[in-house]
Amino acid sequence: MADLTSNFIGIETPNPFWLASAPPTDKEYNVRRAFEAGWGGAVWKTLGEDGPPVVNVNGPRYGAIWGADRRLLGLNNIELITDRPLGINLKEMTRVKKDYPDRAIIASLMVPVNEDCWKEILLRVAETGCDGVELNFGCPHGMSERGMGSAVGQVPEYVGQVTEWCKKHTCLPVIVKLTPNITDIRKPAQAARDGGADAVSLINTINSITSVNLDSFAPEPAIDGKGAHGGYCGPAVKPIALNMVAELARTKSLQGLPISGIGGIGTWRDAAEFLALGAGNVQVCTAAMTYGFRIVKEMISGLSQYMDEKGFSSIDELVGRAVPNLSDWQNLNLNYVAKARINQELCIKCGRCYAACEDTSHQAITMSKNRIFGVDDGECVACNLCVNVCPVEGCITMEQLPPGSLDERTGKTVVAQYANWTQHPNNPGACAAE
Amino acid sequence: MAISALASGIVPNRLARRQYADNFSDLHPRLNDHEAMVAADQCYFCHDAPCVDACPTEIDIPLFIRQIATRTPEAAAKTIFSQNILGGMCARVCPTETLCEQACVREVAESKPVKIGQLQRYATDALMDSDIHPFNRAASTGKKIAVAGAGPAGLACAHRLAMKGHDVAIFEARGKPGGLNEFGIAAYKTVDGFAKREIDWLLQIGGITLKPGVRIGGNLTIRQLKADFDAVFLGIGLGGTGRLGLENEDMAGIRDAVDFIAELRQAGDFSTIPVGRDVVVVGGGMTAIDAAVQSRLLGALNVTLAYRRSLDMMKASRHERDLATSKGVRIITGAVPVAIRGNGSVEEIEFEYSDDNLEPTGHKFAIPADQVLKAIGQKLADADLPETENGKIKTTGAGRTSTEGIWAGGDCTLAGDDLTVTAVAEGRDAAEDIDRCLMS
Repeated sequence: MADLTSNFIGIETPNPFWLASAPPTDKEYNVRRAFEAGWGGAVWKTLGEDGPPVVNVNGPRYGAIWGADRRLLGLNNIELITDRPLGINLKEMTRVKKDYPDRAIIASLMVPVNEDCWKEILLRVAETGCDGVELNFGCPHGMSERGMGSAVGQVPEYVGQVTEWCKKHTCLPVIVKLTPNITDIRKPAQAARDGGADAVSLINTINSITSVNLDSFAPEPAIDGKGAHGGYCGPAVKPIALNMVAELARTKSLQGLPISGIGGIGTWRDAAEFLALGAGNVQVCTAAMTYGFRIVKEMISGLSQYMDEKGFSSIDELVGRAVPNLSDWQNLNLNYVAKARINQELCIKCGRCYAACEDTSHQAITMSKNRIFGVDDGECVACNLCVNVCPVEGCITMEQLPPGSLDERTGKTVVAQYANWTQHPNNPGACAAE
Repeated sequence: MAISALASGIVPNRLARRQYADNFSDLHPRLNDHEAMVAADQCYFCHDAPCVDACPTEIDIPLFIRQIATRTPEAAAKTIFSQNILGGMCARVCPTETLCEQACVREVAESKPVKIGQLQRYATDALMDSDIHPFNRAASTGKKIAVAGAGPAGLACAHRLAMKGHDVAIFEARGKPGGLNEFGIAAYKTVDGFAKREIDWLLQIGGITLKPGVRIGGNLTIRQLKADFDAVFLGIGLGGTGRLGLENEDMAGIRDAVDFIAELRQAGDFSTIPVGRDVVVVGGGMTAIDAAVQSRLLGALNVTLAYRRSLDMMKASRHERDLATSKGVRIITGAVPVAIRGNGSVEEIEFEYSDDNLEPTGHKFAIPADQVLKAIGQKLADADLPETENGKIKTTGAGRTSTEGIWAGGDCTLAGDDLTVTAVAEGRDAAEDIDRCLMS
């Protein structure tokens, strides 16, 4: 079994699977159960200033969207930071860390943009023996209205400033958690790095309304007939999170800045994808909230098997492995030609490929009277829609036309030579190949 | 008081009272909301869906399932009823395993089709329970049409004609309408008087006059109908039954399975239905299965279903056969009845094994039988009919018979296949054709 030991910014944990700062990490009871289940670390639910804690609504905090069989695909919440007294949280963190010295406890923090506030809370959390702090610049609801959370994360100058203060007032590693509710994720990441951050974590939740009650006409989740936008997470946000992680991983000025990947991770595969796109470890929330803490067992066994199969001896060998393959559109090889191929053995004859292609795409799927579906290479642009709508995995695939063969659609012979848009004759700005 | 299950002869009260209720409860109770949502989620919304092709009434199944999934079961019901006004009964009695569900791509993919029949019931029950009739009758055309037979074919034809504004009179030989829906079909498939409720609901369209107790060919001839009405539709089913052609065939204890089932369906109290201890059902179709299973449910100790050809030639589907064997019915195939013995009433029936061409093998065996139910096919009862072939009415196109102005559909025609859903399709299509002919 592969060694899953993770060393993220000097914090060693038995595996790279941490629980994100969220309801599952709000209490000693939960975090102990998580560690017993096997989680490598937990980012404690965000602590605020000492004094009267924040209050939460007393109605629904979560909204959701579902896929087939009511599988939860996206979850939205309007819960605030911890509503438990700071002292109690700190005592619990101390006890848990003492009992689980090999697991990471990270304190997520959110206090007003004021150096003294940050200094004070940093001193107190340091006494818990925790392994690091995560600055919550991400929560997009409630606290942002009070000038915290994503209100900070959306202004790179604030991000840099608070990060600097934190580095000045603690020796603990500082992770800056970024909000995705911005135009260019690289800007706040750069500010965090310039402020001295040891790492960034992303993504926090996305502004969202999950649904509208068509009887009361209130956005969901609704409180007494009114709704407010919440933060969206779960499997539905994974593609957005992957892109943002990858954007940072391939940005030159951010090279070497460790990334903790968050967003829709529910299986070992999701985790491995984040690692491959540059995350040093991953954080999980919604999947645990959907299925309970024991999902980590599958994540551990799956990642371990994968690493064994690939011959990777450490997580580091996987981290960033896909980053060199992330490019810009203009660099994609326009001489690469593929066509859809339908495996007749696997085809169950539902005809969705036909409907999708015929109605909405290129009329490249043929259908015989006895429901044999085929591909008209003369029309197929290899768009992949048929693959994506087919209910049977592996039934339709995109197969590359080997160089030298004829592309019936264009009437041209496929060439082996790489050529992209920057060299294309239709591009007014093309530079002729030397 | 229950008579011992061991008592010989044809007697009622073989079971404790409670057992009757259990035995004759709904075979497949209605899906609850959650079950329906889970089942509806399974549908892939196929293009030109094979299930629709496999449905004799061509219900837009992917559409109605999508309407269930989006919590508009009433709209789903309307989708169903617009093609099949007896969609409620068909949801209960269709052999879906050989029709829509056999064609379902998930049957191909996972040997587990979408529960189309049960979803159809979920939708149709939702609308019928709210007592909404989703169709309006068009302005009166002044045309009068006679429908002979108030079974599935006649009812479907009458409804469609009434919807188009015609005045319809249905003549039914029995004392009440419904045909095999009311007098055939196993009781556990259509509980709580559903057949009657469905007809009451269907008649809400208006313009249909029901004339029960009038047998065509008796006091009222087809010729007379043709003279009195603008068009005639025959949906008279198969009133007659076949015979084994054996000595002692009219001995006490031997009867037609259809009569046994009709009696059972009309009984308010199943405990009053007498049944043998050792019942032998002769036949291989749905009627044979329904008679055999219900004999067991009434408390018969030994029930044997004997079919003269091999298992794969039985008309009863595998699903039906499995149901029978799960209820304790023993199925014997390749067995032709050759002798009936008894002293005043039947005591034993002898069979000879034969091949699929019914060539005897010389190997014989006898089974004790205090009751023999014959389910060996029905035939057209005599009447002054249009041209027939193989004992059934010949039709072309949408149910046109050899006589102009007379249409036919359902089991009485060559095109019929003993299925409620086929009868509905034929009745509906004949109505459309009648309407075209009368209005052009």
